[in-house]
Amino acid sequence: MAVIRDKMPAFQLFQPASTEEALGVLDQYGAEAWVLAGGLDTWDWLKDRVKKPAAVVDLGGVESLREIRSTGDGLEIGAMATLREVIRHPEVASQYSMLADSASQAASPQIQNQGTIGGNVVQDTRCWYYRDGWSCYRAGGNICYADTPTAMNREHAILGASRCVAVNPSDTAPVLVALDAEMVVRNSGGERVIPAQDFFIGPAVDIMRMTALQPGDILTSIRIPSTFAGASFYFEKARDRAVWDFPLANVASAARVSNGTIEDIRIVANGVAPYPVRFIAAENAVRGQQVSEATASRAGEIAINGVRPLAHNGYKVTLLRNLVVRSVRGVEA
Amino acid sequence: MADFKLIGKNYTTPDILAKVTGRAKYAEDFRAEGMVFAKLLLSPMPHARVRRMDTSAALAMPGVEGILTADDLEPAEAPQEAGLTNEPLYEGEPILAVAAVDEETAAEAIEAIDIDFEPLPFVLDPLESLRPGGPNARLDGNTMVGRDLSTIKWDNVDWSEIDRGILPTNGEMTDEWQVGDVEAGFAASDLVLDETVFSASLSHQPLETRTAMAYWQNGKCYMHASTQSTARTEAGMARWIGVDPTDLVLLTEYCGGGFGSKIAASIQSRIPALLSRKIGKPVMMRVTRQEENFFGRARPGIQCRAKFGFRSDGRILAMDLALVQDGGPYGRSGDYMSCADQASLMYMPEHARVRGITVYTNTPPRGAQRAPGGVQAVAMYAPIVDKAARQLGVDRLDIIELNAPEGQALFGRPRQGQQSNVSGAFPKEAIQKARTEFDWAGMMARSGQRNGTKVTGIGAAISSYSAGTSGVDGLLVIRPDGMVEIHTGVGNLGTESFSDTSRAAMEALDTPWEQAEVVWGDTSKHLPWSAIQGGSQTTHGHTRSNWAAGLEAKKRLQEIAADRFGGSPDSFEVSDGRVYRRGNRGQGMTFAQASERAIEMGGVYDGSVLPEDLNEMTTRSATGLQGQGLVVAAKDNFETGGRNISFCIGFAEVEVDIETGAVELKDYKVASDAGTILHPQNFGGQVHGGGIQGFGVALGQKWVMDPQWGLHVAKRFYSNRPPTILDSPHDSEMGWLNADEPDPFSPIGAKGIGEAPVGAGTGAVLNAISDALGGDVDFNRSPIMRDMILTKLNPELTEAHNKLTTHV
Repeated sequence: MAVIRDKMPAFQLFQPASTEEALGVLDQYGAEAWVLAGGLDTWDWLKDRVKKPAAVVDLGGVESLREIRSTGDGLEIGAMATLREVIRHPEVASQYSMLADSASQAASPQIQNQGTIGGNVVQDTRCWYYRDGWSCYRAGGNICYADTPTAMNREHAILGASRCVAVNPSDTAPVLVALDAEMVVRNSGGERVIPAQDFFIGPAVDIMRMTALQPGDILTSIRIPSTFAGASFYFEKARDRAVWDFPLANVASAARVSNGTIEDIRIVANGVAPYPVRFIAAENAVRGQQVSEATASRAGEIAINGVRPLAHNGYKVTLLRNLVVRSVRGVEA
Repeated sequence: MADFKLIGKNYTTPDILAKVTGRAKYAEDFRAEGMVFAKLLLSPMPHARVRRMDTSAALAMPGVEGILTADDLEPAEAPQEAGLTNEPLYEGEPILAVAAVDEETAAEAIEAIDIDFEPLPFVLDPLESLRPGGPNARLDGNTMVGRDLSTIKWDNVDWSEIDRGILPTNGEMTDEWQVGDVEAGFAASDLVLDETVFSASLSHQPLETRTAMAYWQNGKCYMHASTQSTARTEAGMARWIGVDPTDLVLLTEYCGGGFGSKIAASIQSRIPALLSRKIGKPVMMRVTRQEENFFGRARPGIQCRAKFGFRSDGRILAMDLALVQDGGPYGRSGDYMSCADQASLMYMPEHARVRGITVYTNTPPRGAQRAPGGVQAVAMYAPIVDKAARQLGVDRLDIIELNAPEGQALFGRPRQGQQSNVSGAFPKEAIQKARTEFDWAGMMARSGQRNGTKVTGIGAAISSYSAGTSGVDGLLVIRPDGMVEIHTGVGNLGTESFSDTSRAAMEALDTPWEQAEVVWGDTSKHLPWSAIQGGSQTTHGHTRSNWAAGLEAKKRLQEIAADRFGGSPDSFEVSDGRVYRRGNRGQGMTFAQASERAIEMGGVYDGSVLPEDLNEMTTRSATGLQGQGLVVAAKDNFETGGRNISFCIGFAEVEVDIETGAVELKDYKVASDAGTILHPQNFGGQVHGGGIQGFGVALGQKWVMDPQWGLHVAKRFYSNRPPTILDSPHDSEMGWLNADEPDPFSPIGAKGIGEAPVGAGTGAVLNAISDALGGDVDFNRSPIMRDMILTKLNPELTEAHNKLTTHV
C-alpha cells in the first residue's frame, strides 16, 4: 500500500477539563491514546502518519496543570505551563534562572509561547530515520539505520547508546536533572513521584520509550527542591542555528561555591545520549576543589570517558568536553 | 543623480496593506463552487519503476472523485519532466494525484492504492556517476552532450585522488571555453593557488509552497497559482495544460516568495488543472512543506577544481576552472557556466579556461536560485582570493578592488569569438565609498581580537549578477476619471518591482503617484508582455518600458491638447495630471478631459491603432482596452550598451567561539553598484534579505541524504536549516550604501538588486570565519558548520567527509 506523509489523519479528540477526566479517556483507549500538550512534538508525528493514535487527549483545558506555585521547599511547575510562562515566572528567574535560560533557548520564541515544560521534557527523539517512519529498533524493528557504516549520524549519540543511537533533544531536561527535580506522574491507579534522573531512560531500559511514562500516565507537574535555589548555574546550548534548532549538545550545571571552592555540583548534558547524562565522576572530581582552569579541564576530560563516536559525530566529543569545562569554569565563584 | 520626483523616494506600495493585515489572498485562500482537493502519491525511492498499480479500492471509497496518473499526461521530451511519472527519478517525485471531497479522504485513498515499485540503480553524487561502472541517474544517460542525452565515464582519471577529496582536471567535460593563454598566465604569476572546492545543493524554501487551484468554465481554464511572473507564466502553463494562451486565465496577484523556483510557475501546477478537467470540478492542490522540499527546486551543488594565478600585487592573471555540476534528474540547469562567467567578471583574469559538465543525479530537480551560479562562484572562489591576499601580504579589500571590473569590461564565455561587455561597472566606486563609510581600517583592527574564547573575524567579498533586460512593453490607460491605469505583467513575488517600476510612467507624466492605479496579477485584465520576474530583470527592463509608455502618453496628451487648442504639440506641457499650454496654465485640460477626447478621436489615441513593434500579448491586451480612454502601449526601444550587472560587496564581522565552534554574526554591511535606486526602503530589504539568504549558504542550509538508500533524512523545514532573522546581526542595524552611478544606457539608470546580495552575504561570512580562525584554513566548502570548525581546531578529530562529499 502506498505511503503518504504531511497530512494529518482523523482521530477522536478529547478535551477534558480535569486530570481525572483525562485519565478516564486514557484508560479507555490504552495504548491507542495520545496525550497532547503544546503539540510541537505531536503534530509532526501525526502529520507524517507515522503514529496514528485513535484518540488524542488534549490537556489544554485542564487549568490546574498550568499552575506554577511555591511549595515552601521549592517550586512546583504544572506540566502544561508554557515555556514562556516558566521563563517569565519571578521565582524561576530569581532562584532557578538556569531553567528560564534553557527554556528561552528551546526552539523559537513563537514555539516557547505554545510549547509546554511537560512537552519539552517528554518529547520524543528527533532521530531523522525514526521520525520519518523507518522501521528501526525504536519503532519496533530490528536495525538502527543511524548506525550503519554509511549512516548520516552527525546529530546522534556518543554516549549511552544501546542498539539505538538517538539522542534526547530536550533543553530543559538536563537542567531539571541538575536541579534534582522530581516528576509527578498520575494514572488512574494514583500518583507516583520519580526523580528526574530516573525519569529519563535509555534504550537499554526500554528502546521504545524515552521516559518512564507508560500508556495511561500523565506527567502532571515538576517539583524543584530548594537544594540549589539561588545557586551558581551554568547553561549552554550548542546548535547550528541561533534559533529553531535542537541541541547538538547542551550542558547544565548547578553548584554551591564558597570562597572559590566548589562545595557541591551537579553536571548534566543532553543531546549526546538517549537521555540527559549526569557526570557523577566529574562532579566527584571537582567537588571540594577551587574553581580553576585545571579543575574545569579535569571535569571535561572525565566527562568524555567512554564515549563512542559514530562516523559523523566525532566533533561532539570535543564539544561535550568543552561544554563540561565551561560548566565548571562558568560557575560564579 | 537626475532630479526625480518619484524615483528614489519611499512610498506605500499598493499591495502592502493587504499583506500586512492578512487580507491578501494567495492561491490556497481561494474557493470555487464544488471544489475538491488533490493529494499526491510520491515516490518512496530515488529511482524506480511502477511495476504494478491497483487504484480500484481508492476509487471505490466514498468521497473520492478521480485519479490523474502519468498516463493522462502528454509525455515530456527527455530530459524534461511531465509532473507525474511511472519512472520516478528522485524520492518524492509525484506518481499520481487523487481528488476527493477533502484532503483527509484523498490521503486515505492514497493509502488504499496498491502500488509496487521496482527499484532501479540510483546515484546521488555526480562523481559516482562519472566513475567507470558507476550508476546513471537516468536510463538514457548521465549528461547532455550538446542537445543529446549521453553517457560519460571518466576512465582516465586517478580515482584515488577523488577519494581523497581532490578533483582531477583530466576528466572528460562537455563544455569548454577559454580566453588568452592560461599556461602563460600561470607562468607569469607570482602565486598560484590550486584548490578543490565545493558548494552544496540547497532548497529554495519559499514560505508559500507552490499550491495551485484550477477550474474550467466554457472551455477556459482559470488557475490560481503561486508564480513569480504573471505574463511570462501564461504561455508555458497553457502549453502544459494543452490550451491556447487565450483560454487560460491566470490569477497570481500575490506570491509568497520563489527565489527563482517559480519564475514561470511550476509544472506541478498543471496537476490540479488537468485533474479538474478530468473530473469536471474545481481542484485545489495544496502543496505541503515536505512536497515543496522534494519538487520545489534547489540550487545545484558544484564540485570544482579551481586554479588562480596572482601577480605579487594581488592582480589575478589566470583562472582555470574544472566544474562538475549536480544536475538533478531533469532539465538543463546552467549554473556551472554562469558560475564561470561571474568569476570571470568579478576577477577579470586576462587568461581564463573553463571546462564543465553537468551530471544527472537522483536528487530533487534543480532550478535557478537567486543568482544561479553566481552564489556558487563567490562561495567557492572568494575564500581563494582572500587566501591569496594573505599569502601575498596584500590588503583583503585591496585585492577585491584591484581585480574588480570597471567601465564596459569584457567578461565570460565568448560568443562568436567575442566576450560580452558590461553596460557599466562601478564596483570600485562602491568599494572606495565603503572603505571610509564602513571604516574598513577600523574593522581590520578588530580582526583576530580575543574576547575570552571568542575570536573576531572580518570578511569581505564581491558578488556580481545580471540586473536587467530590455525590449519589453509598457501599457497604460488614462481613464475618463483622470486616473492613470498602469498595466504590468510583472509578478508580485514580494520584491515590489511590479509597482516600483510603474512609477517610471508617472515620473514621465510628472504627475503624482496618487493618480496612478497599478493593474497586475490577473491575465484577464489585459497585461502587457513583460520580463520574467527573476534574474533581477524587471527593475531595469520595466523602468524602461514604463518610461517609454509614459513618454508616449505625454506625446499623445500634447497632440490632443494641440488638436483642441491649436498650435504645435510641443507648445504644451504635461504635469500634475494636466496638459496645458506652456506659459499659460489656464489653457489646457485635465487627464480626465483628455481621456474623453482620446475616446472621441480614436485611432492611435484610444487603442484602435497600435505600434507595430509590440509583442503579440501586448497587442492583444491593448486591443482589449480599446476605447476605454487614452490607451498607450509602447515598446522599450531605448539604447542598450551591454549586459546589465549589479555588484554587491559584503562586509561581515563574526565572532567564532574556539571551544564550541559557534559562529555569531555581529555586523553585516553591503556596498552596492546597482544604478539609480527606485525605492530605498525596498532596496535595503533586497540587499539584506539576500544577504541573510547568503548567511544560510555559508552557515548551514543543506541537504542530508543517506547514501545507502538514496533518501533524504533532513527534509523537515527545521532540519533543512534555512537562516532565520535571529541568525542575523541584531546588536546594530545592518547598513548599506550604493555607488549611485546610473546605468549609462537607461533613461532612469536603474538596475536590479535581487541577485548579487546573496553571494555578498555568503562570501563575506565565509571569509570572516576563516579570518577568525587565523586565515590559515582551507574549508573549501560551504556551508561551514560547527563540526567542521571544531575538526579544524582540534587535531585529534578527523574529518567525517572530504571536500567533495555531497549531501552530508
